Amino acid sequence: MIDAKNTCCARLLAAGKRYGNIAALDGIDLDVRAGELLALLGPNGAGKSTAVSLLLGLTEADAGEVQLFGQSPHALAARRRVGVMLQSAGMPDTLKVRELLAQTRSYYPDPLDAAECARIAGIADLLDRRYGKLSGGQQRRVQFALAICGKPELLFLDEPTTGLDVEARQALWSATRALVAAGSAVLLTTHYLEEAEALADRVAVLARGKLVAEGSVRQIRARVAQRRIRCVSALKPETIGAWPEVRSVWRDGDRIEIVTDSAEMVVRQLLFEDSALCELEVQRAGLAEAFVEITREAA
Amino acid sequence: MNAIAISAPRFSIARCYALEAKHEFLRLLRAPSFAVPTLLFPPMFYFLFAVLFANRGGDFNAGIYLLATYGVFGVMAPGLFGFGVSVALDRERGWLTLKRALPMPPGAYLASKLAMAMLFAATIFAVLALMATTVGGVTLPTTAWVRLFFVEIFGVLPFCAIGLCIGAMISGSAAPAVINLIYLPMSFLSGLWMPLTILPGVVREIAPLWPAFHLGQLALGAVGQPTSGMALVHVAALAGFTVLFLALARRALIRNA
Repeated sequence: MIDAKNTCCARLLAAGKRYGNIAALDGIDLDVRAGELLALLGPNGAGKSTAVSLLLGLTEADAGEVQLFGQSPHALAARRRVGVMLQSAGMPDTLKVRELLAQTRSYYPDPLDAAECARIAGIADLLDRRYGKLSGGQQRRVQFALAICGKPELLFLDEPTTGLDVEARQALWSATRALVAAGSAVLLTTHYLEEAEALADRVAVLARGKLVAEGSVRQIRARVAQRRIRCVSALKPETIGAWPEVRSVWRDGDRIEIVTDSAEMVVRQLLFEDSALCELEVQRAGLAEAFVEITREAA
Repeated sequence: MNAIAISAPRFSIARCYALEAKHEFLRLLRAPSFAVPTLLFPPMFYFLFAVLFANRGGDFNAGIYLLATYGVFGVMAPGLFGFGVSVALDRERGWLTLKRALPMPPGAYLASKLAMAMLFAATIFAVLALMATTVGGVTLPTTAWVRLFFVEIFGVLPFCAIGLCIGAMISGSAAPAVINLIYLPMSFLSGLWMPLTILPGVVREIAPLWPAFHLGQLALGAVGQPTSGMALVHVAALAGFTVLFLALARRALIRNA
């Protein structure tokens, strides 16, 4: 019990929040444990942002309890152990990156060296530029630098790679992995399921303010029996779609893609009907399919 | 290189407040749409109406009267625009939310803007004083200068409260227009551009409704010009406006945060 408390960075206990008569969060329990990367997934309006707002003390819960390092999120001492990157944080256009970084570092008792921080976030060459003159991707990197500059034990990343190109996204992922390896916990909310798949130790799925699934990426994927079959075949999609085991089918050029719960049956049938079939591939559902399935069940 | 030199400073709340205030000042100083009108209009108007086209007849001393009233006109701007526009933008663009989530000392946000407004006010005071004593030919006893300085520095407070209130309610793009619609008519109706005595009676009667009128009277009193009403009443009125608009701003910020 004591142990669990010590290793828990942030916790929602039966936390609820209503806006008018809509329950943004409907009594959820959620723990972010020390050193883990927890991805919080869910469709728009599922309550992800509300959960983050509660944990940062930006909004008040109407029910249940919210703890940040065992304290109220309003406690400055608790928030000094936290780094934050929010979805939209337009900083003053006329301030230089160096100034923004110095200012944010001054909030923390033992901040990361400014040059080191800039290097990790990939903004070393932007320090003397004004924030308003940066591209969207560069601004996101500055926001990431501010999030990590306090050597946080818990890092909140709210849709961190929105608007980043592939290279910058990979760089942010590897910086995040390095932080987790060094012992930081991360609460990541994201629309990109491949991001959760690439980074998360644990995944929590929210739908309509409720926690509908929680576990490792592998556990979440295993909840869904679906598999995806790809092949090149002359068969008509309508024909395949009429088979009872097939959930969906579509054609992309000369390729056919089938989603099914019973891959063996469908493959047998495919080979039987089309002897010229080639380039057969069978894949377990990714997090994306699992996610669609889980949130559909919850609806 | 610089970054290495400033690495690992001792943690201090004072440093945090100082950086916050410095950056708030730099941020606005580098924004031409704010800095140019704020720093240029008061001395420009003073030069035009107190020096070039001064009416040198009668007992009206344009050089001294307008030193006081354009000073008030000048120091209203950093309060109204500095708070109003920047708070509206910070709110709209999510910077305020991020600052609330970060471990910023809770008072630093407003304290830094207040320091910024007072620093701009001091600059405007200095520029006008320089013009008045050189091209304006104004001579005043030291005590009058000191009194005027304090009236103008602390006179920004009610306008900061009004700016904060506007910034809490209105979007960043609408704020400059809304503030101008308050700023310019209020300045005129408070006798900051020309003496109330030459304006219609009704303007004089409703003047006590405007915070700028009370600050104007205090500034005129500071430089020994005739005023209406007691200084204490003007101070009380300004304190009342400050409290009222702070309360309104607080309500709006809680609702719109």
